[in-house]
Amino acid sequence: MKDDTGALLTLAFNFALMSLFAIGGANAALPEMHRLTVDVMHWMTDQQFANMFAIAQITPGPNVIIVTLIGYHVAGLAGALVTTLAMCGPTCIFAFFIGGLWERFKHARWRLIIQTGVVPVSLGLIAASALVIARVAAQHWMAIAITVVTFAVTYRLRVNPLWIFTAAALLGLAGAI
Amino acid sequence: MSETTPFLAEPPPTAPTLLQVFIAFSVISLSGFGGVLYWSRRMMVEERKWLTAEEFNEAYALCNFLPGPNIVNFSVVFGRQIAGTWGALVALVGLLGPPFAIVTFFGFLYAYYGTIDFLQRMFGGVAAAAAGLTLSTSLKMLQPLLKERLGTPHLMALVAFAGVGVLRWPIYWVLGVLIPLSIALAWWARR
Repeated sequence: MKDDTGALLTLAFNFALMSLFAIGGANAALPEMHRLTVDVMHWMTDQQFANMFAIAQITPGPNVIIVTLIGYHVAGLAGALVTTLAMCGPTCIFAFFIGGLWERFKHARWRLIIQTGVVPVSLGLIAASALVIARVAAQHWMAIAITVVTFAVTYRLRVNPLWIFTAAALLGLAGAI
Repeated sequence: MSETTPFLAEPPPTAPTLLQVFIAFSVISLSGFGGVLYWSRRMMVEERKWLTAEEFNEAYALCNFLPGPNIVNFSVVFGRQIAGTWGALVALVGLLGPPFAIVTFFGFLYAYYGTIDFLQRMFGGVAAAAAGLTLSTSLKMLQPLLKERLGTPHLMALVAFAGVGVLRWPIYWVLGVLIPLSIALAWWARR
């Protein structure tokens, strides 16, 4: 139990801090989640992280739900609750208070300047997330092939991700991975 | 409070009740595989007509720009507009409650059965596909930047990508330096 309290505090602190740096959405924080859970805390292996990413993707709802899964893995139901609240709480409070303010300064020069400065950094961050997750998922040559084909198909065409996930799961099941 | 009505110039013809807001966000959440943007737009703009297309874009642009999960921020901003603090809370719980329950159940199953070989292989396939999807979304998002003339924004994006993605530095250091620097450069360019 003592261990759990420590883990809960670590989860709460790190995910609350991380959320404030997740510019561009929850996926922008994926590299930091991976660094924390696999490299720093050794809570899970690369493969387990990839599994959780997969489960979060096939769960209906916002992508941020991967943090609930990480929390559950580390410290059970309490971990799931604490991690979800930590990831969503601070930025929700931020959104609650800034929502009106931001709109009022719609045409202000400083707002435009901040936006111009932040957008490219956020784009770089999201590209970094894509690279990190592609590396983690590349456990096998077949996995790499699935990543490349999915990339090529979804870049060109509008396909419901659910079909692609189903096909990929079946390929995996067929023993290809 | 009431003088700030950012996204709704006038109240929607049929102002939703708290229960309607809760149900709407639960439905959005449960419909959205691989992100919920599409479903939230469809519900808010096309079906319920709680927001016009422009209002939705404005609200979404803001939430994309704020740190943290976009759609979660959106539920808070929207809920607040509709019914203040309670509206924000109800929208948030509607959005996160159902997936929280589902994913916790999945986590419970995973703890017991996660090591079974065929499940591992299926997860491996899904993770690989999801990675491909993330890559293509990221490249699509980069398109407007790639079309611009090469300049400091490209450098900022590249440094963020290399620092976090390749060198695996903590995002706190990378963003702590890059965000102020990038804003300062944007200010310098527009002087």
